[in-house]
Amino acid sequence: MMRMRTLTQFFGFFFLRTCALFVVLILALLLGHIWQKGSGSLSWEFLSAAPRQGMTAGGIFPAILGTLCVTCIAAVLGMPLGIGCAIYLNEYAADTALTRVIRISIRNLSGVPSIVYGLFGVVLFVQLFKFGTSILSAGCTLGLMTLPWTITASEEALKNVPMAYREGALALGATKWQAIRTNVLPYALGGMITGTILSLSRVAGETAPILFTGAAFFLPELPKSVFDQFMALPYHLYIMSTQHHAVAKVRPLAYGTALVLIGLILALNLAAIILRARLRTMKKE
Amino acid sequence: MHDVKIKVSNFSLSYGDVPAIKNVTMSIKANRITGIIGPSGCGKSTFLRALNRMNDLILGVRTSGTILIDSEDILQKNVDVVHLRRRVGMVFQKSNPFPKTIFENVAYGLRIGGIKDKAYIEQKVEKSLQAAALWDEVKDRLHKSAFELSGGQQQRLCIARALAVEPEILLMDEPASALDPLATLKIEELIHELKKKYTIVIVTHNMQQAARISDFTAFFMLGELIEYDVANIMFTKPRKKITEDYITGRFG
Repeated sequence: MMRMRTLTQFFGFFFLRTCALFVVLILALLLGHIWQKGSGSLSWEFLSAAPRQGMTAGGIFPAILGTLCVTCIAAVLGMPLGIGCAIYLNEYAADTALTRVIRISIRNLSGVPSIVYGLFGVVLFVQLFKFGTSILSAGCTLGLMTLPWTITASEEALKNVPMAYREGALALGATKWQAIRTNVLPYALGGMITGTILSLSRVAGETAPILFTGAAFFLPELPKSVFDQFMALPYHLYIMSTQHHAVAKVRPLAYGTALVLIGLILALNLAAIILRARLRTMKKE
Repeated sequence: MHDVKIKVSNFSLSYGDVPAIKNVTMSIKANRITGIIGPSGCGKSTFLRALNRMNDLILGVRTSGTILIDSEDILQKNVDVVHLRRRVGMVFQKSNPFPKTIFENVAYGLRIGGIKDKAYIEQKVEKSLQAAALWDEVKDRLHKSAFELSGGQQQRLCIARALAVEPEILLMDEPASALDPLATLKIEELIHELKKKYTIVIVTHNMQQAARISDFTAFFMLGELIEYDVANIMFTKPRKKITEDYITGRFG
């Protein structure tokens, strides 16, 4: 007869394993469903052409381009700002009431709903900075959204650099900034960039922050500068699934759009994973 | 020859409200090895780190008294600590080579000092590695990672790195505590060789080591300097009972 303890363990592990499998199952079902419904609309034309005939035919190239553009601007704004903030917090700032408030604020920023970021973007970038509803405004709004994750990941990367590297450099007569620049940042940069890419992949699929700041329902032409409005994958998907005059007819196109968006985000995640793996092997050398 | 290099007067240091070093007065002689011994937490490492102001990195450290190096008080606020640390090199307890090549480790101090002359750097790296008795072992793999070296070699690399910036004083915080006896012996021989050019202050946990290598020995306990004398005298007939108890291993 099986002992009670062994039996408890058996069911315990069974339960935990089921939990883990359940998570994987959800993702697999989701991806499978979207692939099944959307892969049919994938074609070279779908990726490279503009929508035609009231968005019932043609492709989604303007939306792909728009999403890439705002993501790039988010990176240009969010990466230096986030990494700079992390360096200040981890290397320079003393543990005072002020820095504690800053840290709590950063944590809380990641909990702010994305629609609130959108409204903030309207006030700050569209109106105050007079960027108008544009690629620039939307990109900057997304850039702000990446900050909490970029900062947290960058701080983590800095903490992983042994204190001995800093002390060793200082003991050789390095200034604080020299020690950080030559003996801390090179070893933290990989982790910082990985964190930034992951945070970009999170915001690339956001709809709410770009809704009021520059995303357009439909544009007959590609944007000519960063001050023009743009089409974006998540917003396009929203339109195709709820706002279109023939929702049922364009459903395959909507699934195709979803597939491209997920592909883009998976590609970003994959880049981060590869980068991290390569850095790990480099560290071992 | 027996000039005083470092003159410590009424030096106290506290972490916040916790005193770590109490009213220490001692003179450290040039081109001599001064050993600092004492039980864990007696303040000997803190004292060492005061000599190149490494304690500045810790928040809430307060000092009083004076530490004169060549008659300049290094505790003054306006002292250029970057310049000070170039004069007062340091080797840490745990060897801390940077994740760079052997060559770049030794060249590091020169490069951050603004030296760009390649030929000069190469020559300086070779000289420093020779001075640290490491050159013959690494001359064929200067551009390999410093992590490939053994523990003892890594520590000698750290010594070479400190020597490259031409300090006057070398502080060593238990430089051999993580090494095997053979590697320790090599480091000790090296330290003995180095005193011709440098003033050396070495913290050690190891009583035999202090007896073997130091010219003068200081015994610290609970932040106080209990006894300070020529090493020979200290280890044969200490004046205080407590010193004797410690060096004969009755507590530690």
